[in-house]
Amino acid sequence: MTDGLSRSLAGQTWDVVIAGGGNAALCAAIEAAEAGARVLILEGAPHAYRGGNSRHTRNFRCMHHGDLGPLVETYDEEEFWQDLLRVTRGETDEELARHAIRNSAECLPWMQAHGVRFQPSLAGTLSLDRTNAFFLGGGKALVNAYYLTAQDLGVTVAYDAQVSHVGIEGGRATHVIASIGGQIISIAGRAFVLASGGFQADIDWLARAWGPSARNFLIRGTPYNRGVLLRDMVDQGALTVGDPTQCHAVAIDGRAPKFDGGIVTRLDCVPFSIVVNRDGQRFHDEGEDVWPKRYAIWGRLVAEQPDQVAYSIIDSRSIDLFMPSVYPPITADTIPDLAGKLGLPVDAVADTIAGFNAACREGQFRPQELDGLATSGLTPAKTNWARAIEQPPFYAYSLRPGVTFTYLGLKVDRHARATGPEGPYENIWSAGEMMAGSILGQGYLAGFGMTIGTVFGRIAGQEAAAHVA
Amino acid sequence: MSLDVTLQTDPGAISDDPVQEARRQIEICNACRYCEGYCSVFPAITRNKVFASGDITQLANLCHNCRGCYHACQYTAPHEFDLNLPKALGAARVDSWERFAWPSGLARLLQSHAAGLVVAIVLGIAAMILAIAALPGEGPGFYAWLGHGAMVAIFLPAFLLPLAAIAMGLRSYWHEVGGQAVTLHDLREAAISAGTMRNLSGGQGQGCNFEKGERYSNARRHVHQAIMYGFLLCFAATSVATVMHYLLDMPAPYGLFSLPKLLGIPGGLLLVAGCFGMIVLRGKADPGLGAPGRSGGENAFIWTLGLAGLTGLVLYALRGTALTGPLLALHLGLVLAFFLVTPYSKMAHGFYRMAALVREAQLRRLR
Repeated sequence: MTDGLSRSLAGQTWDVVIAGGGNAALCAAIEAAEAGARVLILEGAPHAYRGGNSRHTRNFRCMHHGDLGPLVETYDEEEFWQDLLRVTRGETDEELARHAIRNSAECLPWMQAHGVRFQPSLAGTLSLDRTNAFFLGGGKALVNAYYLTAQDLGVTVAYDAQVSHVGIEGGRATHVIASIGGQIISIAGRAFVLASGGFQADIDWLARAWGPSARNFLIRGTPYNRGVLLRDMVDQGALTVGDPTQCHAVAIDGRAPKFDGGIVTRLDCVPFSIVVNRDGQRFHDEGEDVWPKRYAIWGRLVAEQPDQVAYSIIDSRSIDLFMPSVYPPITADTIPDLAGKLGLPVDAVADTIAGFNAACREGQFRPQELDGLATSGLTPAKTNWARAIEQPPFYAYSLRPGVTFTYLGLKVDRHARATGPEGPYENIWSAGEMMAGSILGQGYLAGFGMTIGTVFGRIAGQEAAAHVA
Repeated sequence: MSLDVTLQTDPGAISDDPVQEARRQIEICNACRYCEGYCSVFPAITRNKVFASGDITQLANLCHNCRGCYHACQYTAPHEFDLNLPKALGAARVDSWERFAWPSGLARLLQSHAAGLVVAIVLGIAAMILAIAALPGEGPGFYAWLGHGAMVAIFLPAFLLPLAAIAMGLRSYWHEVGGQAVTLHDLREAAISAGTMRNLSGGQGQGCNFEKGERYSNARRHVHQAIMYGFLLCFAATSVATVMHYLLDMPAPYGLFSLPKLLGIPGGLLLVAGCFGMIVLRGKADPGLGAPGRSGGENAFIWTLGLAGLTGLVLYALRGTALTGPLLALHLGLVLAFFLVTPYSKMAHGFYRMAALVREAQLRRLR
């Protein structure tokens, strides 16, 4: 960032200042610009990493009656709501949730009209072609399309621009303080949209919230969601929703990068394996259900193990049963050799596997369905796909918790307006992960983060533009 | 059936070997699959879990360098996985052509250095000047400068020998990728893919990301079509003329409304316009997303093709003037050079691309 650009950003009062540069921020920017507002996006990441966690997403959950874009049949409000109720176990706000669901239908054509392309659901995904519209090229292609649309609408974008503070006087925001390319500047505006995500990339914060074991967690998404602005708003008395100590974590390959490993670090072998911890002991039923319904539980389970690590072990009969993993398995011809390569206590692992094998019964192993092939007399039991691990070579993958997002968010109303200590702020709106805890208080529903971001991003942009019109 | 996981690579182990590096990147793509809708490469990737060298060669030649996947990729630099699939497949692709060519050093030379092709052109033109000066003309039109017999004596071997070299290369290719007996269905599918440049459509007709970065455009698809159809029309014109000469006893020169001219003139115009457009587009495109180190050779090839078309048109326009002799030497020299370097220049891509499309149609059929 040049001094000239910094001066030009600081030297005027913008109609709408948007903190963040992911899906929600972009939807807000496009709506506000189309309403005639002069819009500034302050994206904390450099250009190459713009888009927050949106760049890792791949689909959009959408209500519809009859075929819509790539979506088939019907997915109505009630079914959508029940799906959400199930995963959140009631930790949601029905009014906001139904508002997001109802608005999702008209979002899909809006997205297409603003450059987003969809494709039929991907190979190897659960049959989501009724509920989730997949982006051609994934979330980064969506982010690129929105930046191009915003650029064509005259939106100004500053990269490497981290907003650290919103200046608020009597319920009304006047400016933000941002560090742009290392320079601290104050940027004045008439309306503000805060869409800068959660705090999952701030490991210290995670460790304070969750406990010191969080230092061993991997962060699946952007390293730029450090919650700086969220913390600033909380410090200024903004009302929040969502459990401040909780994050959504899934079990991913333990060799994944600390940040930004994204989709490819996914590991799908657990149901066909046994999983042992650092001490060579099993700790949970690996065959409880199909993996997409269980991977989130395993994030938490692994987080509770010593050193927050676990190892999934299979034999040669199971190596071809799951989606390819990006990391090659650790391979050995005997269980003791495998345990040695993993650095696990050899005798404990051998005993665990021998005990498991002895508890396996005769029966038909059917990898595509819940086959009921369960162990007998073993604790913890394995209730499906319990086939002895006995045919070399043997394979292992390490598992660690991978954090997707945090639940703490700003409290908003159905107009996406954030709430201060004395009631709704006059001119501050919030969208995306930064307020998603209002609706998604627990669990996760595939593609719903993008639904919340798109619906409330658009609303925030419209409301902010109307406020300054 | 067990899987040979020893073929799998560490996603963080960036390699200097083109095949190994392409394998590393393809494995990452196969674990992601977000790009499935762009072109044939990604659905082809999902048919495997591990990739033998022949699989990599096939995928590399199936890739049309549309670059959609690069711009959509969440793992491009500065991410530690450092994905650049268009470049990695480009490198594996030229590596395969250079491996299959005979002699292989010549392919490497001509694809790496523009100068190689320039030398070939100069030699081609010099050879034609010498031929025109030394051999007697015999007959009307261009034959007054160089007789029909002499032309055939020079161009028949210059056409057939490179084709034989290409055939040997294709045989090696087919063996390496494990190709099977070809059916009419496979050929038809491949011809439709090439004829419509389906793999440059971006999957939905929006085009590719060649010259406008993240924005889609059909410009490259269109100029490539112009070059391809222009070339085929010129080739058809020559073929028709050969038939007319030998079977119908209708020797050249032909009038404007004869079949050779009705095919050849539009063909030449398309070829020239297409090559000009391609050079303009390549000037705007990011060289970092193409086959590394081959840009000079590729540009020289396009210039050769475009100039061959242009000199052919000028030659026809200025027929019967004093410039005919020099222009004839220039044109025939360019054509001669173009033919002779076919197995060793970017021209080879057309043959290997067709082979890859045939193999892809076959794999889809056998699935």
